[in-house]
Amino acid sequence: MNEKFTTIIQPKNGWFELNLKELLNYKDLIILFVKRNFTAQYKQTILGPAWAIIQPLITTVIFTLVFGNIAGLAPSGVPTFLFYLSANIIWQYFSGCLTQTSSTFTANAAILGKVYFPRLVMPVSSVISQLIPFAIQLVFFIIFWVYYLVVPSGVEPNWYILLFPLIILQLAMLGLGFGVIISACTTKYRDLAMAVGFGTQLWMYATPIAYDISMIPEKYLALYMLNPVTPAVMAMRYAFLGTGYFDLKYYLISWIVTIVVLFIGVVLFSRIEKTFADTV
Amino acid sequence: MSEIAVKIENVSKEYRLGAIGGTTLRDDLQRLKAKLLKKEDPTLRIGAKSGTLNERFLALDDISFEVHKGEAIGIIGHNGAGKSTLLKLLSRVTAPTKGTISFNGRIASMLEVGTGFHPELTGRENVYMNGAILGMSKDEITEKFDEIVKFAEMEKFIDTPVKRYSSGMYVKLAFSVAAHLDSEIMIMDEVLAVGDVNFQQKCLQKMRKVAKEEGRTILYVSHNMTTIKNLCDRCVVLKKGKIIFDGDVDEAISIYSNDFNLTSKKEYDFSQGKRIDGITNEYILQKGYLEKNTINLKEKLNFTLDINACRSDKDFLLRYVVFNSTGNTIGTAYSKFFDLKEGDNSIKFTFDTKKLVSGKYMVDLILCQYKNESQVRHDIVIKAMAFDIEESEIYYNMKWNSNGWGSIKFDDIIVGEEKNG
Repeated sequence: MNEKFTTIIQPKNGWFELNLKELLNYKDLIILFVKRNFTAQYKQTILGPAWAIIQPLITTVIFTLVFGNIAGLAPSGVPTFLFYLSANIIWQYFSGCLTQTSSTFTANAAILGKVYFPRLVMPVSSVISQLIPFAIQLVFFIIFWVYYLVVPSGVEPNWYILLFPLIILQLAMLGLGFGVIISACTTKYRDLAMAVGFGTQLWMYATPIAYDISMIPEKYLALYMLNPVTPAVMAMRYAFLGTGYFDLKYYLISWIVTIVVLFIGVVLFSRIEKTFADTV
Repeated sequence: MSEIAVKIENVSKEYRLGAIGGTTLRDDLQRLKAKLLKKEDPTLRIGAKSGTLNERFLALDDISFEVHKGEAIGIIGHNGAGKSTLLKLLSRVTAPTKGTISFNGRIASMLEVGTGFHPELTGRENVYMNGAILGMSKDEITEKFDEIVKFAEMEKFIDTPVKRYSSGMYVKLAFSVAAHLDSEIMIMDEVLAVGDVNFQQKCLQKMRKVAKEEGRTILYVSHNMTTIKNLCDRCVVLKKGKIIFDGDVDEAISIYSNDFNLTSKKEYDFSQGKRIDGITNEYILQKGYLEKNTINLKEKLNFTLDINACRSDKDFLLRYVVFNSTGNTIGTAYSKFFDLKEGDNSIKFTFDTKKLVSGKYMVDLILCQYKNESQVRHDIVIKAMAFDIEESEIYYNMKWNSNGWGSIKFDDIIVGEEKNG
C-alpha cells in the first residue's frame, strides 16, 4: 500500500523546525487578522483611528514640557516638539509590537486551543497591525516636519533618511523577537506578563527617547549602545532632524543583536507552540 | 481497500494531575538547584516522594487505528474517555506525548462552533475569517461564499455583527463554513448539539453527502447515538484512554450504552457486582459459573450459583431478567423453588434459550423467597452474567434482523384454528 502522508504529527519539534512556507500559505489569514485587529479596535468608538494620534501627541506634549522645558534634556538647535515626536512614534511602534506579541498565547488561548494554524501567524499579524496606527502617526509627524522645514528652525534632514524603512523593519523584528520570547515564557510563568508593561516603560528610559544621547557619559556609552533600540532611535533623529550622530559600528551591532533575538524568539516559539495548549 | 487518510500509531497523551502549569519560575529554579546539588526537591509536598508531586494521567493510552478515505468514523465514550483529547491531537492543537499521527490532506476541525468568530465583525467578515483560520484562501471563500450563506439560511443577517446573532445563527453559519471547506478530513466535536432539528438533519445530510460523494473523511464525536448511527459507518469506543472497540456502529453503541464489559465469560464474581438497595443481606449471591458461555440455538444454558445462606430455609426462587446487548429488557423467567441450607450452597440451574435469537445477552439475578404469600428479595445483582448465542439459523433463507425484529422468536404460528384448552 502506498503510504505517503502530507502531514505527520510527532511529539516534539526539532530545535529549529520553522515552516516558513506554511506561514506563507496562510498569508490571507495574516491579512484578515490585521484587518480584524484594526476594525475591532476602533468599532464603537467616536474618534476611531484618531486615537492613534492622540496618545503620542499627548505624550510628546508632556515630554516637551517636562523633559524639554523644565528639565532641559532636549538639545538646542532643533524644535523640542519635533525632537520628542520623532522618537515617540517609533518607540510607540516598538513597544506596541512588543506588548501585543508578548500576549499572543495568553490572549488568544481560546482560539489557539481549538484550531490549528501556524502559530506564528498571530504575532506576525500583530506586528503588521501596529503598522497602521504607526502610519497615521507618521503622516502626523511628516506634517509637523514639513512645517519646521519651511519655517527655518535648524531641522536638517540628510540622506540617511533612506534608512527609514530599515529602521522600522529592525524595530518590528526586535519587537517580534522579544515579544515571542516573552509569550513563550508566559505560557508557563505568568510573572513575565506582569513585568511587560512596567519593563517597557523602564526600557524607554534606557533609550534616548526623553533625553538626548549627549547626556550619556562617554565611559558608559559602549554599554549603553548595546540596547538595540538606541541606534535605531538615533538614526531616526539624525536622518530627519540632523541632531545627534550616526555611528555605523553601533548600528551594525544593533542589527546583529536584533537578528539574534529574533532567532532565539522563533526557536523558543516553535518549541512551545505544540504543547502550549496544555500549559497555558 | 481504499487509501488511508489518517493513521494513528501508538499515540499517548499524558497530563499531569494537580496544578497543571501552576509552577512559578521560583519553584522551577529551586527545583533545578536541588537537582544540581542532588538534594531533595524543596517544592515537593512533605512526605511525597520525588516525582510523585504531579501524578501523571494518561488521557490517551497507546491508541492505534486507521481511517480510510471517505469513511465516516464515530468516536464515542463516556466523559473523560479521551475523545476530545484525541480530536485535539488530530487537529494539531496540542502534540501527543508519544506516538505518531499521520494524515493526508487538510484537516478542518470544528472542536467548537464559531472558532475565531469575532463578535464585533459582521457575518460576512467572520465567514472569511473563519474560513482562513480553517485554511482556505480568500479566493476559495469568495467562490463558495454564496453557497455557504445559502446553506446557513443567513442571507438576511450576513452584514450584521455576529454579536447580535442568536446562538443558533452562530452555529449555522460556523457549520456552514466548515462544511464547505475543501478539506480532505473533517473533525467534529458535537457541533450538531445546537441548532434546531431541521438544521441538524440538514447538516447530517450534508455530511453524509460530503463523505459518500466527495470522498471526504469524517471523524465525529458525539454523545448523541442517533446522529452517530445516522452518519457513521464505523465506530471507535474509547474507555479510559483506550480503544475498547473498533468496528460496527450498532455494536459499538451497545457497548457504550451499557458501559458493561459484554464479553461473556464462564466465571462471575458477584462480590464486586452492582446491587440495589432493599435487600436483606441474609442470603447472598456469591459466584456464578456458566457451563458454556457461548451456546448454539439448540443448547440450553446451564449455570451454577454459589449462594451463602445465614440459615436453612425453603421456597427460594431465582428471578432471571434477560437483556439484549443494547440494554433493553427482553423478558424474565422464574426458577422453580429450591431450598438453601445454612452456609455455602451450590445450586445448578438450566435456562431454556430456545426462544432467543443469536446475540449477546445479559442477565440480572434476583434471589427471592416466597414467604407468607409474598416475595422477599434477598439479593439483586445487576447485569450479573452475560452469554452469547451463536449465529442464528437462517429462516426461509433470511437472516434474523434483531434490530428490527427483536430478540425473541416466538413459536411458529399455526395455520388454521386451534381450540383453546
